[in-house]
Amino acid sequence: MGEKILMKGNEALAEAAILAGCRHFFGYPITPQTELAAYMAKRMPKLGGTFLQAESEVAAINMVLGAASAGVRTMTSSSSPGVSLKSEGVSYLAGSDLPCLIINVQRGGPGLGGIQPSQADYWQATKALGHGDFQIFVFAPSTVQEMVDLVNQAFDLADEYRMPAMILADGMLGQMMEPVEIPEVSELKLKDKPWATNGHKNSREHNIINSLYMQPEDLEQTIRDRFARYDDAKAKHQVFESYLTEDADIVVVAYGASSRISRSAVEQARELGIKAGLFRPITLWPFPNDELYKLAGSAKKFLAVEMSMGQMVDDVRLAVNGRKPVEFFGRTGGVIPTPAEVLEQIKKLAGGDR
Amino acid sequence: MLNHKYTMICGHYGSGKTNLAMNLALKAAQNGESVTLMDLDIVNPYFRSSDYKELLDSKGIKLIAPAFAHSNLDLPSLTAEMYSIFASQHERIILDVGGDDQGATALGRFSKQLDETGYEMLYVINKYRPLSKLSAEATELLTEIEQASRLKATGVVNNSHLMGETTAQTILNSIDYAQNTADEAGLPLLATVAERRLIPELEGKLTKLLPVDILVTNPITS
Repeated sequence: MGEKILMKGNEALAEAAILAGCRHFFGYPITPQTELAAYMAKRMPKLGGTFLQAESEVAAINMVLGAASAGVRTMTSSSSPGVSLKSEGVSYLAGSDLPCLIINVQRGGPGLGGIQPSQADYWQATKALGHGDFQIFVFAPSTVQEMVDLVNQAFDLADEYRMPAMILADGMLGQMMEPVEIPEVSELKLKDKPWATNGHKNSREHNIINSLYMQPEDLEQTIRDRFARYDDAKAKHQVFESYLTEDADIVVVAYGASSRISRSAVEQARELGIKAGLFRPITLWPFPNDELYKLAGSAKKFLAVEMSMGQMVDDVRLAVNGRKPVEFFGRTGGVIPTPAEVLEQIKKLAGGDR
Repeated sequence: MLNHKYTMICGHYGSGKTNLAMNLALKAAQNGESVTLMDLDIVNPYFRSSDYKELLDSKGIKLIAPAFAHSNLDLPSLTAEMYSIFASQHERIILDVGGDDQGATALGRFSKQLDETGYEMLYVINKYRPLSKLSAEATELLTEIEQASRLKATGVVNNSHLMGETTAQTILNSIDYAQNTADEAGLPLLATVAERRLIPELEGKLTKLLPVDILVTNPITS
């Protein structure tokens, strides 16, 4: 590991992408993600890479599609309203089996919403970032250091499964500063991409990148093939962190910024003698169903905490599968819940138990 | 430092300008001076001195903030009230400028008046910020800030730190960087900032120590 430096979440995401070999960034500025693009604008020319501020989010995601087709590591970043604009392109990327990285530094919605942090794009990221039958990888870092670590994994898995990957952050994580260690990368071993349309001087059959199929049976088959890969990803790549869950009666489930607030609340609850724990999904797709189902055997109650009106809580309920009650607490619109508010909810659940 | 009515605090994003500005304002107020703190950061809607209005109010410090600061409206603009600093009877006017040259552009609007009144402009540096970790990068950024603001820095303040992980050694390791940056910029190194808890360890090893309290905190870790 290298020496410690002080980075904003947005800068860390950008630097990590550069370290992962990404040299092609296409974006359009939007608060609270702007430092990411600004960092790329400063760094990319020095590395012989591309930083391109497109005329719109729609243009930017289609440039990503073009670069991904050529087989290079490429990315875009935005905040909530901008990600909505990209959704058509994301669907085309998924339909063309193209790997790329999309970063969403979430802010309050719907509509123009606000510029303060939010987690209200969970459904969009994990269920429907565009039309059609498809999924993308979704990673939810909770610290600036984890942002650095997950960007590389996101690129690797995107390449391995030939599908888009998303880092779902929020305005708080994007804007806050923390000391980080940037890993020293000696040599990148990138996966070979024999499918890429990258020029070959007639040395092979030419490749085609496409998401249009004339026969419904052909389209169905490509989707079935893709879903077989999704099943493989679900079996191998459910990532989570458990904190004090082993003997916990009440398990708080939270990701990203709200998991840090929940962690403080869990620690305070323990001081009061309440057996609370924290389950933190790190991959939101695939959602860590298996471990959560196991926890439903030992825990008595679950509490999902989100900066939304309750979106991930649906997946928690599906994973727990009716074995134990699942409650929800959230603040939304850019309001950040406090540890005291979460502790209040934990106490309420514990009180009903006694 | 604070040897002039007008003090501007500029530097890289996240170098610690707001925390320094608030500490200087609180110290001046403690010394019985009348103080105005102007939040001139119109490029970043997060972590800014207007977020600390209550604390500043309680110490009798007047805060002048951009319109819509700490709201959901991303419409940065300068207010008429900002021009009142040039008619102010206050003894200290501290300007917390936005990061980099982008943030310093707004300061350029006041360059003519500040040239007439005279000023002190502090350039805040942090060795542990990745895009300004070399003295050459820090001086290049200063040139960009000076061009954008149409004003000249008068001194360098070494604010090298790693937030809560800062040790005395963290600061000692930044001294050469700070001195080189100041030398390359042709400016005096006015102070090295250290959180109050580290002062006993640093005393005797460093001159021009400036003790500060950590006032700018993060809602999810504090």
